[in-house]
Amino acid sequence: MALTLDEVRRVAALARLKLSEEEERLFAGQLSAILEHVRELEALDLSGVPPMTHALAEGEAVPLRPDRLEPGLSPEEALGNAPAREGTCFKVPRIIE
Amino acid sequence: MSADAALTGLSLQAASAALQAGQVSSRQLTETCLARIAATDARVGAFLTVTGEQALAQAEASDQRRAAGGAHGPLDGIPLALKDLFLTRGVATTAGSRILEGFIPPYDGTAVARLKAAGAVLLGKLNLDEFAMGSSNEHSAFKPCRNPWDLARTPGGSSGGSAAALAARQCYGTLGTDTGGSIRLPASFCGVVGLKPTYGRVSRHGVVAFASSLDQPGPLGRTTWDVAALLAAIAGPDPHDQTCAARPAGDYLAGLEGGAGGLRIGVPREWFGAGLTPEVEARVREALATYQRLGATLVEISLPHSRYGIAAYYLIATAEASANLARYDGVRFGLRAAGVRGLKELYAESREQGFGPEPKRRIMLGTFALSAGYHEAYYLRAQRVRTLIRRDFDAAFERCDLVAGPVAPWPAFKLGEKTGDPLQMYLADIFTITCNLAALPGLSVPCGLAGGLPVGLQLVGRPFDEATLLTVARALERELGPSPAPTALESPPSPSPGAGP
Repeated sequence: MALTLDEVRRVAALARLKLSEEEERLFAGQLSAILEHVRELEALDLSGVPPMTHALAEGEAVPLRPDRLEPGLSPEEALGNAPAREGTCFKVPRIIE
Repeated sequence: MSADAALTGLSLQAASAALQAGQVSSRQLTETCLARIAATDARVGAFLTVTGEQALAQAEASDQRRAAGGAHGPLDGIPLALKDLFLTRGVATTAGSRILEGFIPPYDGTAVARLKAAGAVLLGKLNLDEFAMGSSNEHSAFKPCRNPWDLARTPGGSSGGSAAALAARQCYGTLGTDTGGSIRLPASFCGVVGLKPTYGRVSRHGVVAFASSLDQPGPLGRTTWDVAALLAAIAGPDPHDQTCAARPAGDYLAGLEGGAGGLRIGVPREWFGAGLTPEVEARVREALATYQRLGATLVEISLPHSRYGIAAYYLIATAEASANLARYDGVRFGLRAAGVRGLKELYAESREQGFGPEPKRRIMLGTFALSAGYHEAYYLRAQRVRTLIRRDFDAAFERCDLVAGPVAPWPAFKLGEKTGDPLQMYLADIFTITCNLAALPGLSVPCGLAGGLPVGLQLVGRPFDEATLLTVARALERELGPSPAPTALESPPSPSPGAGP
């Protein structure tokens, strides 16, 4: 399927990406080509085939650990990479105008 | 050969033996590797960060442990390096992306913590495609990485630095990650051994996530022994990763010399079709003939859904990537765009500025595949095809003990050759990708040269049967002798390093 520029803008908005006009045009072409390629999956009869939703085979998973307090990151460590902070909070621009 | 070249040329196994015999100190090994990096990496570009001071301190500590009779095991004092996707406490971790530039992790991932506990010396962080998305390392936001066999060519990707550093004799072992071939492809292109373990064999805790149902960390080394020793150190259950298997790690060294005799090796007819370079096919067929001579039986098998691997992968991997990369929003860590109005603009501007073209392309594709009205036609369909691909392997393993074939259709390609067409680049993974979709272990072992460039033989095994893959790879390695070292770095550097013709 061919993606229109409007479709590209809709998807970019969903993905919280602010694309340039040049990127919009580039991705419309490239994503259309990739979507055309994946159309080959439509040739397969998939009735009755369950989706593979877990990569780790059944019975291999780690049992749940006991729900006990364990040491984790300190607030200082957790905030160490914050682009902006106030006290022990991450600071962001005003949300409600 | 200079004393330094004799040291950097050692395998991890030989370096470890020399440490144990007291012929060399960890400090000497570390200094020699750091000197080799300083002398060669301007041309190779394998390292994004070199942690010389930390490495020398770790080497000193190792030498003291050994002097006191308390050395930990085969990795104690051995200089290693990590793909820059592994979180390292106090050492910048970028994932090859501007959006994580300056990010200093507050903790070590599980694999890193285990290497440190084993006494390893960590030399630094290795180049990669941005967020491990790519097959040539050309999507690194910082610099390209070059193939030590021919500096005009790519080392493969996404763990390009992890393979190039080994080929360039800059360290004795590395860790990479493999989502669609990202350990095996660079191992094949650079003439080293690379293992993608079974999904769940090695913890993903503290590894920057790309596609969570496909990502798997694993080791690269110059020999199968080296890879087996590294796997033994990092494999096994981890309470920090619910998708890490509960079963204990195997002993990958004990049976390594067991040979290929008596094994049934499945040869998928779909992996030898059009597109496979004749010279690559010749090396792979010769390796298969060697196994026959060693007493293995070749069984022709069919993996009929292999041809749908790329399509299924690029829907599943991008869908998962679009979810994983949602965390880069400019709020808690990483790049934050300046001068924005409101939270929505903060997200969109930070992501626009921080992500390079390949992550954006994949976020877009994945978001589309998951969006209302398309989820069933794309994502869910791909997951059903994934079931068929897994069933192909399950059926094959009733007739054979492992599967063998090429890693890639061609040897290393030139920088710039495939960057214009994303689909062409994706085809580099055509033989490796089904192994990730089926969650199986896969390995690349050198099987000779084509046009002077390394070719890798791919072995794919039953779930958690890494030991058989390593043993069978070792049998070939023993027959072929030590792989030759690349010579491109030994000629004097040209004024324009590695510029293509």
